[in-house]
Formats: sequence, structure tokens, C-alpha cells
Amino acid sequence: MSRIEEVKQNLSEKFPVGDFKFYYENDNDVVVVPKANILEVLKYYRENSFYDFLMDLTAVDYSKYPETQEGRYAVVYHLFSSKTLNRLRLKVFVQEEDAKLASATSVWRSANWFEREAYDMYGIVFEGHPNLTKILTHHHFKGHPLRKDYDANNQQHCSDVLPVHFDDGSRFSPVPGKDLVPLNIGPSHPATHGTLRVMAALDGEKVEKAGVELGFLHRCFEKMAETHPYNQVIPYTDRLNYCSAPMNNIGYCKAVEKMLGVEIPLKAQAIRIILAELSRVIDHIVCIGANAVDLGALSGFFYLFKLREQVYSLFEKLCGARLTVSMTRVGGMAQDPPAGWYKDVLETCKSLRKGIDEVDRLLTENKIWMQRTQGVGSISAEDAIMWGYTGPCLRAAGVGLDLRKAEPYYGYESLDFEVPVGTTGDVYDRYLVRLEEMKQSVKIVEQVAKNIPAGDYTIRDKSIVLPEKKDVYGNIEGLMNHFMLIMKGIKPPKGEIYDYTEAANGELGFFLVSDGEMKPYRLRVRPPCFAIYQSFPEQITGGLVADVISVLGSMNLIAGELDR
Amino acid sequence: MTEQKVDAFDLQDMLNSNVMTTRVEDWINWGKKNSLWPLPYGTACCGIELMSVMGPKYDLARFGAEVVRFSPRQADLLIVAGTITEKMAPVLVHIYEQMLEPKYVISMGACASSGGFYRSYHVLQGISKLVPVDVFVPGCPPTPEAVLDGVMLLQKMIENNVPRPWKDNWKGPEL
Ligand code: SF4
Repeated sequence: MSRIEEVKQNLSEKFPVGDFKFYYENDNDVVVVPKANILEVLKYYRENSFYDFLMDLTAVDYSKYPETQEGRYAVVYHLFSSKTLNRLRLKVFVQEEDAKLASATSVWRSANWFEREAYDMYGIVFEGHPNLTKILTHHHFKGHPLRKDYDANNQQHCSDVLPVHFDDGSRFSPVPGKDLVPLNIGPSHPATHGTLRVMAALDGEKVEKAGVELGFLHRCFEKMAETHPYNQVIPYTDRLNYCSAPMNNIGYCKAVEKMLGVEIPLKAQAIRIILAELSRVIDHIVCIGANAVDLGALSGFFYLFKLREQVYSLFEKLCGARLTVSMTRVGGMAQDPPAGWYKDVLETCKSLRKGIDEVDRLLTENKIWMQRTQGVGSISAEDAIMWGYTGPCLRAAGVGLDLRKAEPYYGYESLDFEVPVGTTGDVYDRYLVRLEEMKQSVKIVEQVAKNIPAGDYTIRDKSIVLPEKKDVYGNIEGLMNHFMLIMKGIKPPKGEIYDYTEAANGELGFFLVSDGEMKPYRLRVRPPCFAIYQSFPEQITGGLVADVISVLGSMNLIAGELDR
Repeated sequence: MTEQKVDAFDLQDMLNSNVMTTRVEDWINWGKKNSLWPLPYGTACCGIELMSVMGPKYDLARFGAEVVRFSPRQADLLIVAGTITEKMAPVLVHIYEQMLEPKYVISMGACASSGGFYRSYHVLQGISKLVPVDVFVPGCPPTPEAVLDGVMLLQKMIENNVPRPWKDNWKGPEL
């Protein structure tokens, strides 16, 4: 019996599944659930531990889709079980006139911000949500920008900033008998490393109440993806988590390739692994370095950034760009690495190893570092899962989930590496996990760079990959092929897919809906730090204001990924 | 000096070695140019490259602009590095207005200069709509060398007292 049949049988014991739809598509199991049943189904799944994660929640506007659907909007849930590794997509259609739905916040806490985002982008109302307000666009913004009838180039200006407010929607107000002081950090503040805004009500040194505001770097990635051909979306993905740009390229291309049903050559897989793991190292470098600077350890920053420069030099040698490399293409890589590049990679690995050891000696047993980070921001495994944590922050809390091991891709299964796991989930554990992951990543890179498979760096399907320049300028077939592909674009078949990779911050998922045309109909990215950051106000409430900075740094919030 | 006899004192010699003539303006400009204190307004990917500009390898300190100040009151060079969204726009104006004279603005990268490849509903299409920009540095992100070049260009402008009509005629945000 296939998985989806099992799902059907299982649900039919509890629900009248006559109105449900079950299907299997692009390696994903999908259930279309009637609006009236969705909350019960979610509850059933969670309470009986079928799925412990609500990975993602988003919506799609089908008004311009070639085939009419059951309603204008669909709300899409992605469930995941960390025990059985099963995944399931639930879809609920809602009508335009009645775009309302029960909120899942009572079942999964992680639903909170995801629902707010769907409300902001599509205007879908989630009934029972504690604070259904805009999350990404500014407070003067009118309309819902991801609806198909909103023009991508229609800017609306904003002239002021909201006063201090909290996640439950309340404003700062004095409490009788208490001497509360409002505190506002950001959105332009050195400790927030980007564009985060943290607000708190302080009672002396203690945080009484906290809130965050995001969206200060909402650059409309998803709308841009809908208005650009598939390969032109790649540079936009670079700018999601710009501290480890190649990983986003890879995640996106992998999803599109899977949709097209193509397998990339072994050599391209190997290059992708090298890029991904080097990016993981520099991403963790920025995270640890910045976290340490905020707590006063400036020297660590200089040690670490020297290493990062070396990796950037490698990238520069590979393709000319340092930060935003855009080296992948749908179907493989853009070009072969230059001669001697793998040797340089191995050399760099040596100095990375040395550098990481130095940082290890500098921080791991440093008294001040330990006192500032141990016991700060602890979280239990259950809570972490409830909030949708993935990546190093989840592993620090004691859940050994790493997609490179759990659902390996690109040959990770044959590589020798370990997944470090923490115990308490505090800032110190997160640091230790990241430090060890850097070492493991170096180990992976060394293994791969020593055994680069022979062969091509890309597939050679004329309807997917552009011909090489020498053919474009050298013969008529090449020229025609180039012209056709640029004008007509890559056209994946109609359908949808959710695909995921283990990025530096956790599960980076891409949910792609194709209408068979040259641009994605809908491209949703599941940003790992968005889910993690949701828990931040709760994590810092009751703690000291000095710990706010420590916790903030350990979550590795990259605004480009958070706000998209 | 004290050992020397007064009658051996040669006024011309003394002037040649210890005094230089200049105009007050030039002298002030020289000072301004060599002590630019930047406020790194890093919002996105360009901010990450700006870190490299400040970091060990490229080291902006070599050009007299290393005293990074996060308080606008203490800074005189605003480096806007990264995308400015509509939501961020009022914050940027607020920070610019808080800076004391003399003040300069460098727009680093395509996004800050024109919105870059984000022709989209929530991105400001260029910060020059809000604040007077002295130097635009192209790139996405610009290489650290390009940013250094931008800073040096600004220094030259200050040294030569290049007129800045965009600044002199600035009345506030256009929006
Ligand atoms: S110009 Fe490019 S690198 Fe700079 S902030 Fe914009 S997208 Fe990022």
C-alpha cells in the first residue's frame, strides 16, 4: 500500500473522507481537506503524534491559474514527523467572498507568524488567531501584495514608525505599582546586525514584556519570483540568507530540477556539496563572530573574519563574485571551476581547521563567554519542535535532526560526518553545535574535493540548459537553441512540489507551483529563522536585558531570509 | 632649541621648517577629509560586504575612516549599505536628520542607489529620494575595493571643495 493510501485509510477511521481528496505528486503526498475539517485534522495529527512539526503554512492565489480550482485561495500546510520522517501537505480551498479559516495557533505555536504572513500577503482571515495583524508590509500599506491582481511595481510610501508595541497587539502602558520603562532596540542598531526591531518593557534590569517587529527588509522575494523566468530567480535566492548565499541557490535549483524530473551529474553534485559546506562554515563564522562581538569579545571577530575572507577569495576565484555567487543553474552548475581550484579548496580547509581550533581555544573555556551564555535562552526539545525550530538551534536542544543524514541528497549518505547534538538548547550549546558543525563541514569538503567525479558539470538537455558560449557564437544550432531558451524559458510541467535542504539555519524549503509557463506561478520559501525568531519574545521575557543580545545573536537572524 | 643662541636665530629658517601657509578653508577641509567617522547603515547583503571593508583585509582604517560610530550624533559619513524598504525609509530620514554638520552620504550598492533589481512593492527606488547622496557606489554588492574607491572619491571632493548643490538645496524627503 502506498503512503497516501495509508494516510487515507488512517483518516477515514476518524473523518468522513468522502469530501477529501488524496493524491501523490512529485514525490509529495497531498490531502485536500474541506475547510470545516481542517482544525480537527491538524489536532488529530498532532495529538496522536503522527506529525510533530508544522513546517510551513502559506497560501496560493489561483485566480490566474489555467485550471479553475475549488476556490480562489488555497491555504497550504506542510507537516513533518521527526520520528518517521513522513511528510504531508494539506490543502484547504477558500472562496474569495469568504476567505476565512480556523486558526491553527491552538494546535501549533509555530502557526502564529505564518498565519499573520498569509493574512498580510493574501488577506485570508484566520479566525481565533490571537493577533492577526500585518507582519511584513508597513502599517500604511493598503491591499495584499501577493494577490495576483496586485502590481509588483506599485509602491506605497510610509512616513512614520509604530510606537513600542508587543506581540499580543498591545502598546506599552504603565502598570500601577511597577516602575516600567519602555526600551526600543533597532531597527538600526549595532546589536541587531541588520534590520530587526526589538521592544521591551523593563522593570529595572528585567524584561517584563517583549515584542519584535519585522519586515524592515521585506524585499518581496516571492513576488519577484513570480515575475521572473526560472533561471533569473537564482540571483534573488542568493539574497535570502546572504551569509551563505550558495545554499539558497542549491535549495531552489534542487526543487526546480525535481519538478522537471532531471538528475544532475555527479560532478555538479560534488561541487554543490563543496559550495554548501563552505557556506555553512562562513555562515556559522558570522553567527559566532557577531555573537561574541556583542558580548565584548572583539578579537574573536578578527580571527573569524580572516577565515571568512579566505573562503570569499575561493568563491571569487571560482566565479568572480564573493558574496552573491549565483553559481548554480537549473540542471547543474554554470561552469567548471578553474584549474587548480580543488587544490586551493584543500589548502583553505587546512587553514580553516587551524582557525576553527583557535576560536575553540579562545572561546570554549573562556570564563566570561561561559557565564554570559550558559543557561541563557534554554529551550526544551518539545518547545523547540512546537515553535518549528530546525537546524543548529534545534540540535542544540537535543533533537538530532539533520536532513543531510535523515533524508540525504547529493550523496551525503556516503560521506563520513557526524551530527553534533546539544542538551539544554542554551546559547552556549548553540555555539558548541555550530563550532562542531564547522569542523564536520571542513571534513566533508575535504572528502569531496579529493574525489571529484569525472564528467560534465551540467546536464545537456536543450530545453533546460543554455548551450556554451562557443556554440552560441560558433554554430547556428547553438544560436537558435540559446535564442529559443531565452525567449521561451524553461517550462516545468503543471503541478506543485515542496522540496527542502539543510541550510545553515535549518530546513530551507521551497514550495513551487507551476502553471506550465516560463515563470513560477508561485514560489514560497520556508525561511528557517522566521520560525525560530517567533519564540524570541517568549525566550527573553523574565530574563535580564543583557541576555537579550546574547539570545538574539545565537539565533543567527539574517534579515534577508527572515523578511524576504 | 634652547641651546641655540638668540643671535643665531634665523627667522627665515624657522619659518621654512615650522610654518606653512594655507587658507583656513583648505585647512579645515584637510581635517574633514581625514577624519570621516562613518555610520555603517547596513541593512542587507551590502552590509555584509561593508563588514569586509572594515575587517582585517581591506581595512578602511588606512584611509582615516575607521572610527565607526553607531550614533548619528557622532558620525559624519552615512554609508547606506543595503536595500532600504518603504518601511525603513522614515528611519533612514530620522537618522540622517540627527547627524551634525558637516555630513556626507555614500550610497553603497544597486539597491540603495536605485532599488536595484527589486522593482517591487515594498522597496524604495533609490535613497536619493530621501537624503542627499554624495557618492553612489555601483555593484551588487560592490567589491570592497569599490567602496574604498568611493570613500577616496568623497575625500577628494571634500579636499577640493566641490560644490554640493544636492545637499545645499535639500529640503527634506521628496515623498
Ligand atoms: S545591492 Fe545587491 S548586494 Fe547590495 S543590498 Fe542590494 S541586493 Fe544586496
